[in-house]
Amino acid sequence: MKIYLYILVMAVTTYLIRALPLTLFKKPIQNRFLKSFLHYVPAACLAAMTFPAILSATENWISGAIGLAVAVLLALCKKSLIVVAVASCAAVFLTEFIIH
Amino acid sequence: MKSKEFFAGLKAGMPVCVGYFSVSFGFGAMAIAQGITVWQAILISASNLTSAGQFAGLTVIATGAAIIEMILTQLVINSRYALMSLALGQRLGPNVGAGKRLIAAFFNTDEVFALGMSRGKQLTTGFFVGVGTVAALGWISGTAMGAIAGSLLPESVRMALGVMLYGMFIAIVVPQAREEKPILISVILALVLGCLFAWCPGLNQISDGLAIVISTVLAASACAVLFPVEEEVAQ
Repeated sequence: MKIYLYILVMAVTTYLIRALPLTLFKKPIQNRFLKSFLHYVPAACLAAMTFPAILSATENWISGAIGLAVAVLLALCKKSLIVVAVASCAAVFLTEFIIH
Repeated sequence: MKSKEFFAGLKAGMPVCVGYFSVSFGFGAMAIAQGITVWQAILISASNLTSAGQFAGLTVIATGAAIIEMILTQLVINSRYALMSLALGQRLGPNVGAGKRLIAAFFNTDEVFALGMSRGKQLTTGFFVGVGTVAALGWISGTAMGAIAGSLLPESVRMALGVMLYGMFIAIVVPQAREEKPILISVILALVLGCLFAWCPGLNQISDGLAIVISTVLAASACAVLFPVEEEVAQ
């Protein structure tokens, strides 16, 4: 049952983050540090979530590393989000298949 | 809310719907791999409508961490939405009432926000909610299909599908880091910190969710001090 408590807390927190600034604060943020901080949060956060977690997401860390390499290479070549995501999956699947 | 505007939003949001479907498919498959049921995965997607936040939430649930950790994780990871909501509030103008704002807030994701703001001064809540509704449909149905597929497919395919979300994160981060050097530095800092939390004795006792929060806050703060953004960029 605890999972529903997690989901509820997660949903309420997320909604409040979106709803409070939209309804309460009519003035834009003036603080430069806060503005800059919020500017850097998305990329830093995605990076922290991806690595090194991707190495333990698969059975063998090698397949995770190959999936990561394929995704980074394709993203550098400016491929679309879906192409990068699907190719990364395929690389992991093939590597796991070869290893076993 | 004018229905004409709402339908214009539904139409404009179709590409977001398709994109969300494919990505949330990965989320659904990953949720199943972490021991969450199809129904619970759908509930998470329908009530949250975030990608990174839900993904981090899964980690918190899977590790059975404290509730406060769930709040902290969501606060940090979704903090960018606060900024987007501020900007959206400014754009909608003072004539839009609290009721409409409370509805629009639910749909404020990165892509819906970007599409809404691209409409300039003509942006209405009807249009915004239209884009958000079609995007949410894609997100929820993708989660459902991914979760169902995840419970039917063999372990090897399920695991590979779980990597999809990481692939999406990489596809978002790499082009940004390439364009803007300070972002690249924030990414490298976050990666180094992430590795420390994963492998350093002592530091690796800290739970995964909290490690993400600390890495993000430290990396983003360092870059905010070293490279403060210009006035227009942050908006």
